[in-house]
Amino acid sequence: MMKNLIAVLTVVFAIIVIWYGAAYMMNKQWTLDQAERAGTTVTTSEVFKDTMAQERPQLPAPHQVITEIWKTTVEKKITSKRSLIYHAGITLSSTSLGFLMGSLLGITLAISIVHSRAMDLSVMPWIIASQTIPILAVAPMIIVVLNAVGISGLVPKAMISMYLSFFPVAVGMVKGLRAPDTMQLDLMKTYRASAWQTLFKLRLPSSMPYLFTSLKIAMAASLVGAIIGELPTGAVAGLGARLLAGSYYGQTIQIWSALISAAVLAAVLVMLIGVLQNVTLKRMGMLR
Amino acid sequence: MSDNSVIHAEKLNLVFQTNDGSVHALKDIDLTINKGDFVSFIGPSGCGKTTFLRVIADLEQPTGGTISVNGMTPQQAREARAYGYVFQASGLYPWRTIAGNIKLPLEIMGYSMEEQNKRVEQVLELVELSGFGKKYPWQLSGGMQQRASIARALSFDADILLMDEPFGALDEIVRDHLNEQLLALWARTEKTIGFVTHSIPEAVYLSTKIVVMSPRPGRIADVIESPLPKERPLEIRDSKEFLEVAARVRDGLRAGHLDD
Repeated sequence: MMKNLIAVLTVVFAIIVIWYGAAYMMNKQWTLDQAERAGTTVTTSEVFKDTMAQERPQLPAPHQVITEIWKTTVEKKITSKRSLIYHAGITLSSTSLGFLMGSLLGITLAISIVHSRAMDLSVMPWIIASQTIPILAVAPMIIVVLNAVGISGLVPKAMISMYLSFFPVAVGMVKGLRAPDTMQLDLMKTYRASAWQTLFKLRLPSSMPYLFTSLKIAMAASLVGAIIGELPTGAVAGLGARLLAGSYYGQTIQIWSALISAAVLAAVLVMLIGVLQNVTLKRMGMLR
Repeated sequence: MSDNSVIHAEKLNLVFQTNDGSVHALKDIDLTINKGDFVSFIGPSGCGKTTFLRVIADLEQPTGGTISVNGMTPQQAREARAYGYVFQASGLYPWRTIAGNIKLPLEIMGYSMEEQNKRVEQVLELVELSGFGKKYPWQLSGGMQQRASIARALSFDADILLMDEPFGALDEIVRDHLNEQLLALWARTEKTIGFVTHSIPEAVYLSTKIVVMSPRPGRIADVIESPLPKERPLEIRDSKEFLEVAARVRDGLRAGHLDD
């Protein structure tokens, strides 16, 4: 335990050191340019101090990002348009809805693929093809088309999340539902079990380890989808909107704090699934 | 074909088509199994003993000849749930308790909750696992797991019990004990049992009829009606009759191999 903690802290420390080093290197030029224009000379320690506190640095230093996150979470009301929690909440809602729809679609597709050879041959190639299309190109079209038929707000963004998240679930669950070996399937046959009985009593329980692994990937994909979905909506709200607004106005600190928030959000969501996975598999006797 | 025949095969053939050409798994099998028989199928791997059991169970389709189970085709018999099948591995679901595993076929066949519980108690007692219903499979030894899987096959009270090397993965001592228990169970339930094994002592100790098979093509080399009494303590394995039957089985197996 102690050993693990030391290893983790060492890695975190190394990342922070590299980050500070990179911030100094990338922001140095601006400081030197400013000094040259003003006709003054600056010492190295002055340059270093300045690179750590610029308003629009090329790469903000870690403490700048942390201060920004603190200011926009703890010190802002949740209802405020400048609160990161407010924006993260918007992203979380479309992520969750998209994740739910994507998982259900993925599981449904997997069940039909496992039970029908025609589905296996006809649908599987399309599922794979769907993921080769760059989502950045499709996202605005989905938003525009759905808007034209009167659907706007949460659903179009969730659709993009669904588009990205159904794939890992479908592929993982096809494998999971096929996990029972011939002997177990033969046994069900000797009982004259129907396809539904085999599905619910054997295939679905056997697929649980595969399901949770797929859900973790799907969750991360959903979050990416939600952020991409927020870009073409005119940058109104959500972490994606914060990213876009930040890049319009050169607010690198804002961009980085939105990025870090998205990463933390993803980590928490994936961890939640991990906890659920441990509890479920332990109760099912599949972790021993 | 007498009135009390349960399984009857005539000129049964099965040819598998594989990438390396065709494999003659069963060739001209003629065999009658009577009600209450304990029939062992013994032979080296590839002799078709498991395949024949699977044909009876409608898990493989013969390519020639006829076979009837309880006077029906194997498919009809399977759909009438005429047999319980025990595989080499217990195949218990880790997410179900022992009782839950035994209930699996009962749930599928639509027994009432009350009936399910009653039958679970009955078959647990039959395999001497009373009181283990609430345990999970991983809490039981290999031998106990296999007994639980026999209980599962007995739970819906089919007349025929088909067993495919059920004790093959267990050690000798556990195996002896389970053989004794199986004989007692057979005496109590009067089921017809088809039993695949590659152990000569096991086949001779258990069976009323021993079918010796040989490979390439899979066929019957010898059928031995056992002269041993129905009551069989473990010591019977040192008796003269036992050793004579064992010698005849060994001769049958050797004759099959000489053809290679």
